[in-house]
Amino acid sequence: MTLLSVVLLPLIGALLVPLLARARSPLIPAIASGIVTLAALSLLLLQAPTVLSGELITSEWAWIPSIGLSIAFRLDALALFFATLITGMGLLIILYAHFYFAGKPGAGRFYALMLAFMGAMLGIVTSENLLFMLIFWEMTSLVSFVLIGFHSDQRPARRGARMTLVITGGGGLALMAGIVLMGSIVGSFNLTDILAAGDELRAHAHYPLILTLVLLGAMTKSAQFPFHLWLPNAMTAPTPVSAYLHSATMVKAGIFLLARLHPALADTDAWLYSVSTVGMATLLTGAFIAMFKHDTKELLAYSTVSHLGLITLLMGLGTATALVAGLFHLLNHALFKAPLFMMAGAVEKATGTRDMRRINGLWRHMPLLTIMSAITAASMAGLPLFNGYLSKKMFFIESLDANVISPLNWLTPVLAAIAGLFSAAYSFRIFHNVFFNGQPRELPVWPPRKPALGIQLPIILLAAGCLFVGWQAEGIVHGLIRAMATASSGVKAPAYDMGQLHHVGPAFYMSLAALIGGLILYALRERLFELYDQLPPADAREIFEWLMTRAGNGAERFVHALENGSVQRYIALIILTAIIMAGPVLANVVWYGAKPMTPADPLTILGAILMMATAFGVVLGHRNRLFALLLLGSAGLFVTLTFARFSAPDLALTQLSVEVIAVIIMMLALSFLPQTTPVESSRLRRSRDSIIAVLGGLGTGLVSFAIMTRPQDSISDFFLEQSVPGGGGSNVVNVILVDFRGFDTLGEITVLGIAAVAVFALTRNLQLKHRIPNERDQYWASNPHPLILRTMARPILPIALMVSAYIFLRGHNMPGGGFIAGLITVVALSLQYMAGGLAWAHDRMLTSFRPLIGGGILLACLTGLGSLFMGLEFLTSWFGHYELPVLGHIELATALLFDLGVFTTVVGATMLILANLGKLMTVNGPGEEIG
Amino acid sequence: MTHLPVLPILIPLIAGALLILLYDLPLWLQRVISIASTLSLLGLALALGSRVGEAGHLVYALGSWAPPFGIVLVPDRLSVLMLTLTAVLALFAVIYASRNDDEAGAHFHALFQFQLMGLNGAFLTGDLFNLFVFFEVLLIASYALLLHGGGPARSRAGLHYVILNLIGSALFIIAVGILYGVTGTLNMADLAVRISEAPPADLPLIQAASLIFLVVFGVKAALLPLLFWLPRAYTVAAAPVAALFAIMTKVGVYAMLRVFPLVFALNTPLVDTLAWQWLWPLALATLVLGGIGVLGATSLRNMTAYMVIVSAGTLMATLALGSSQAIAAGLFYLVHSTLMTAAFFLFADLIARQRGEAGDHMVVTSAMKDRRTLGILFFLGAIAFAGLPPFSGFISKIWILESSLAEGASGSLWPILLGAGLLMLIALSRAGSKFFWRQSGERPHELRADRVRFGVVCVMLLTSVALSIQAQPLMDYLSATAASLQDPGQYVETVMNTTRSLKEAH
Repeated sequence: MTLLSVVLLPLIGALLVPLLARARSPLIPAIASGIVTLAALSLLLLQAPTVLSGELITSEWAWIPSIGLSIAFRLDALALFFATLITGMGLLIILYAHFYFAGKPGAGRFYALMLAFMGAMLGIVTSENLLFMLIFWEMTSLVSFVLIGFHSDQRPARRGARMTLVITGGGGLALMAGIVLMGSIVGSFNLTDILAAGDELRAHAHYPLILTLVLLGAMTKSAQFPFHLWLPNAMTAPTPVSAYLHSATMVKAGIFLLARLHPALADTDAWLYSVSTVGMATLLTGAFIAMFKHDTKELLAYSTVSHLGLITLLMGLGTATALVAGLFHLLNHALFKAPLFMMAGAVEKATGTRDMRRINGLWRHMPLLTIMSAITAASMAGLPLFNGYLSKKMFFIESLDANVISPLNWLTPVLAAIAGLFSAAYSFRIFHNVFFNGQPRELPVWPPRKPALGIQLPIILLAAGCLFVGWQAEGIVHGLIRAMATASSGVKAPAYDMGQLHHVGPAFYMSLAALIGGLILYALRERLFELYDQLPPADAREIFEWLMTRAGNGAERFVHALENGSVQRYIALIILTAIIMAGPVLANVVWYGAKPMTPADPLTILGAILMMATAFGVVLGHRNRLFALLLLGSAGLFVTLTFARFSAPDLALTQLSVEVIAVIIMMLALSFLPQTTPVESSRLRRSRDSIIAVLGGLGTGLVSFAIMTRPQDSISDFFLEQSVPGGGGSNVVNVILVDFRGFDTLGEITVLGIAAVAVFALTRNLQLKHRIPNERDQYWASNPHPLILRTMARPILPIALMVSAYIFLRGHNMPGGGFIAGLITVVALSLQYMAGGLAWAHDRMLTSFRPLIGGGILLACLTGLGSLFMGLEFLTSWFGHYELPVLGHIELATALLFDLGVFTTVVGATMLILANLGKLMTVNGPGEEIG
Repeated sequence: MTHLPVLPILIPLIAGALLILLYDLPLWLQRVISIASTLSLLGLALALGSRVGEAGHLVYALGSWAPPFGIVLVPDRLSVLMLTLTAVLALFAVIYASRNDDEAGAHFHALFQFQLMGLNGAFLTGDLFNLFVFFEVLLIASYALLLHGGGPARSRAGLHYVILNLIGSALFIIAVGILYGVTGTLNMADLAVRISEAPPADLPLIQAASLIFLVVFGVKAALLPLLFWLPRAYTVAAAPVAALFAIMTKVGVYAMLRVFPLVFALNTPLVDTLAWQWLWPLALATLVLGGIGVLGATSLRNMTAYMVIVSAGTLMATLALGSSQAIAAGLFYLVHSTLMTAAFFLFADLIARQRGEAGDHMVVTSAMKDRRTLGILFFLGAIAFAGLPPFSGFISKIWILESSLAEGASGSLWPILLGAGLLMLIALSRAGSKFFWRQSGERPHELRADRVRFGVVCVMLLTSVALSIQAQPLMDYLSATAASLQDPGQYVETVMNTTRSLKEAH
C-alpha cells in the first residue's frame, strides 16, 4: 500500500495542480507540488531501515491475469535508491523551477507534467511486474515528449521533441517485445520469478534476441551510442527539465533496467561484448563532442551522454566490483550534473544566453554561484578529494582489470584514460569559460542580473552533497552502494576494497594523466575549435528531419502509386484475387457430373446463341451507350425466355418487369451522360482486362456446369411438400418468398426502399449543369410526348392496374405475387409520365411515394409481428378456408397482407426513383421535392 | 419462447420505416426516435448477452420453420459482442450527428436506422443467404450514408465504394450458389454437417466457394488487395458516418469468423483450411500497407482511414493464427480498434471545424480556439491509438504478442506489428506537432468546439480506459467466445436439434 501511494501521490498531484494554477499566487502550485513530493519522499525514507537491512518489500494486486499483468511493487535497496533520487531531486527541481519560471506563464502546466513524470519514474523503479513497469516506461517517453516541446512555438523544440519520442518510443516497442518474450519463457512477468530464472533465460534459444530487444530499450532511453542523438536535441526543454529528466532521472532509467535485469541476462559473453562496447563508444563520443560545444547546455548534454556511457560500460563488465563502481558513479553523476545544469539555467536567466563565446568572467557578478560551480565542476573533472574522483578512479581500476578480448586488453584502460582526459578538459572549460576567461562579450542582458538566492539554494545543497559523499565515501560505498549492488546482482556483494583508491598505482597515474592532459587540451582549445570546425558539419536534427520528411513523402508516393483512383484497377484486383485463389483449386473439379444432359431442341439452341450474341454485342458495342443498353435489355429478355422455357413462370414474370424498369431507369440516367464512351485505355490494358474477364467468365460458367450436372438433394423438396399443407399456397415460389423465406423478402424490400430514399436524398438538391446532352437530336425523339403514345397510355392504365390486381391476388396459388404486381403497376404509371410529362402526371396523381415505402415495410413487419401475440415466432403465417356468401370459397392468409406490404414498397420505391430521376430532366425541375 | 433475438433487427427497421412513412417529422422528433431506438439496441444487446451467457447459443426460427428449412437467427457470444459494440458506437455517432450533421441531407436518421438493421441482421443470422440479404441492406444503407451531405468528392468515392462492393455481392451470390448446388442447403449449421460429410469429388467446388467467400469478406474487411475502396470513402464521409463505418470493416471480419470455423472447419483445424492459409500473408501485407499509408497521409481523416487498414491487418493477422487464445486476443483488439478509429474520425472533425479552410489537412494555419483542450485530447487519442498505456491498445497489443508467440508465428508478426506501431508514432507526432504546436501568425479562429461533440469524443476515450481497467472480465468473455468458435459442434447441435415445425406450432 505504501508503494502504491508513493507512485500515486505524484500522479494524483499531476491531475490536481493544473486546477491550482489559476490561483493568484504562483507560489501555490509550487508549494502543492512540493508537498506531494515531500510526502512521497518521506514515505520512502520510512521504509529505508527495513530495506537497507536487506529485506524485500513487495505488494501485489491482480489486474489482468490473462496476460500476466498485475499491479505489483517491490522495494529493495536498488529501487529505494532510485526512488529517493527521483523524489529528492524532484523536490530541489521544484524549488529551482519556482524561481526559474518566476512570473512566466506555463508554470502550472510544468508542475503538472513534472509530477506526472515523477510518478512514472517512481513506477518504473518500484514495479515488480515487468508489464506494469512498461506502462510507466512508455509514460516517461510521452511526458518527456511534451516537456521537450514545452516551448512549442520554437522549431528546434518541436523537432527535438519528435526525435526523442521516435527514438525512445521505438526503444519502448523493442523493450515490450523483449519483456513479452522473457515473460513467456519464464511463465511470469514478476521480477522475482524472472530474476530467479536467469539460467533458463541464458540457455534459451531466444536469449540473443531477448538481450538485443531489452538492450535496445535500455540504450535508447539512456542515450547510448548511436541513439544518443536525441539527448542534445532535447536541450530545448526548459532547464529544470534538462536538469531533472535529462541528467538525473529519465536517462538513468535504461541503466536502472540493466542493473535490475542483471541476474536474468548478464554474465554472458554476449552481454559483456555488446554492453561494454556500446558503453565505451558512448563514453568516447560524448566526451569528445562535449569539448567542442559552445552552448553550456549542449556541452552538459554531451557530457551526460559520456557519463552514461561510462556507467553502461561498467554494467557491461559485469563483475561485482564494476557494479559497485557503476552505481557509485551514478550517484555522483546525479550530484554534480544536476547543479551544473541549474547553473547553466541560472546563467542564462541572468545573461540571456548560453553561448560560452559570449559568457565570460561572471565571477564578479555571481561569486556564490562561482564557488558552487567550482565544486561541482571539480567533481565532474575528477579532481582528488571530490566524489567524482573516487568513482572515476574505481572506473580506471576496473578498466585495468577488464578482460574483454585478451590480446586487446590494454585497449580498455587506454581508451578510458583518453575519455577521462576529454572529460577533464570540458569540465575545466565549462567552469573557466563561464566564470573567468576575460570579460563578457555582447551579452543580451547587461549587466547580468544577480541570481536569486532561491535559485542557488538547490545548487548549494547538491554541491554540499558532492562534498559530503567525497568525505564519507567509505561509509556510503560500504553501506548504501553495497546494498544496492546486492539487490541488483542478487548475490551478496563483496565489500569493496576502498584501500586501493588511495594507492599510488596505475589507476592513480591514469587519473593524473587525464587531469594534466585535460588541462593541456583546454589550453589548446582555440586551435582545437578551428580543427573541429573543419570537420564536415553533421546536424543530427537536420538529418533526422530530412529522413522523416523523406519517409513521409516516400510513403505518400508509394500509397498513391497503389491507390491511384482507378476503379478499373481495383475491380481487376478483386477479380484477379478470386481467380488466383479459386483457380488452382478448381483444376481438380470433376466437370461432368452424373446427371444426364437435357436433350437440346433447336429453339433452345437458337435462344442460347442469341443470348450469347447479345452479351458479346454489349461488350463490343459498349462505346455507343444507347446501343449497348438496348442489347443489354435484349439479353435480359433472353434470360426471361430461358426461365419460361425451363418452367419458371414466376421468375420469367419478375425478370421481365425488372428488365423493363431497369432499362427505363438506365435510359433516364443515360440522358445525362455522354452518348459514347471514349477510348481511354491502351491496347495492352484492354487485352489484360479481356484475359481477366474471360478467365472469370469461363470459371463461373464451368462451375455452373459442374453443379448443374450433379444430382440434386436439397431442401427444396421440403418446400414442395409443405407448400400447400404448411404455407397454404400452391405456388411454391410465392410461398417461399412470403413464408418459408419471408424474412429474406423483408430484407430485400428494405434494400429497395433504402435505394429509393438514397436516390431521393441525392437528387433533392442536385442541380445538373449540363443537363441536356449535345448530340441529343441524334438519338432522342424531337417530340418528347408524341400524341399516339399519349392517347394510348391513358386507357392502358386501368387495364394494367386490373392485371396487376389480378396477378397480386392469385399470387399465392398461381404465378404472380406482390413483387410482380408492384412492378406491373409501376410500368403502367411510368408510362403516364413518359407520355404526358412529369408535370402533367403530377397534377393527376398521388405523389407521396415515401409513405408507400415506409408503410409497405411497416405493413410487412406488423403482419409478422401478429404471430407474436399467438406466442409464435416472428413471421409465422396463418391461413384459413371460408365459405362466404356470393364469393364462395375463399382462402384468407396473413401471407397476403405481407405480400401487400411488398407490393406497396415496390410501387413506392420504384416510383420515387423514377420520379426523382425524371425531375432532373425537366428544364428547371418542378421546383419542389417529389415523393 | 423469447423474441429477444429478432428485436435488434426489427426495432431499427420499424424506426427507419416510421421515419420514412412520416417523412416530414420535425428534426428533433426524428432525433428522439433515432436515439431512442439506438439506446434500446444497447439494452437489447445486453439482455441478449445474459441469455447467451447461460445457453451459449439461442435459436430463433423465423416463421416457425424448423432449420434447415426456414431462416434461423442464432445469437451467440460473438453476435452479442458485435451487437453491443455496434450499439455503443451507433449511440456515439447518432448523438454526434444530432448536433447538426444530420441536417446536411435528407433522411439521415432513417438511413442510419436501416444501417443498424443491416448490421444487426448480419450479426444474428444463421443462414448464409440471409447473411447475403443483410450484406445488401448494410451496403445500400452505407452507400446512402456515405453520400450524405453531397458534393463531388463523396459522389466519386461513393461510386467506387458501391461498384466494388457490388462486385463483392456478385461473388457472394456465386459462392452461395456453388454451396447450395453442392449441398442443397443454406442453413450454416446444416452446411457444416453436409460439407464435413461431402464426398471427395465435391471438395474442390467447396474449397473454391470458401476462397470466393474469403474474397467477398476480404472486400468488406479491407484485406489487401481488395481494400482500395476504403481510404477515399472513409476520408470524405461525414464525420459521424465515418465513425459508424468503423464497424463496417469489422462486419467482414465477423463474417469470416462466423462462416469459416463453422461451415468449412467443422472437423478440421481452422488453420488448415485454405482460406486461413491465404489470410495470413495477405493480412500481414495489409498491415504493412496500412502503416505506410498512415505515414504518407495528407489529412487527419485520411490518416485515420489508413489506421482502419492497420487495424484490419492487425486483426486479421491475429485471427489467422487460428488458436483460441489468438482469436480472443483479436476480438479484444477488434473492440479497441473500432472504438478508437471511430473516436479519431469524430476528433478529426472537431479539429477541422476550428481550422477554417485548412480543415484537417496537414498544413500550418492559424491557431485553433480550443488549441489547448483539443491538443490534450489529441495527445491522449494518439496514445490510445498507437497502443500505448494506459489505454486498451496497450493491453491488446501485449495479448496479441503473447498469443502469436504461443503459435510460433512471432517471427513475422512481431516486426511488422511493432514496426507499424513505430510508423504510427512518427505520423501521429508529426500530425500533432503540425496541428497544435505550429501555427501561422494570423488571428486565431473563433469557433469553439461544440460541447456535446467534444463530450462524445471524451467519453469514447474514457471507454478505452474503462476497457483497460475492466479488461479481465471482458477477456474471460472473449476467451469463452473464441473457445465456442473453435468448437462449432455445439452450435451445429443446438441448431439442428431445433425441431419446431409449422405443424406443431399451429
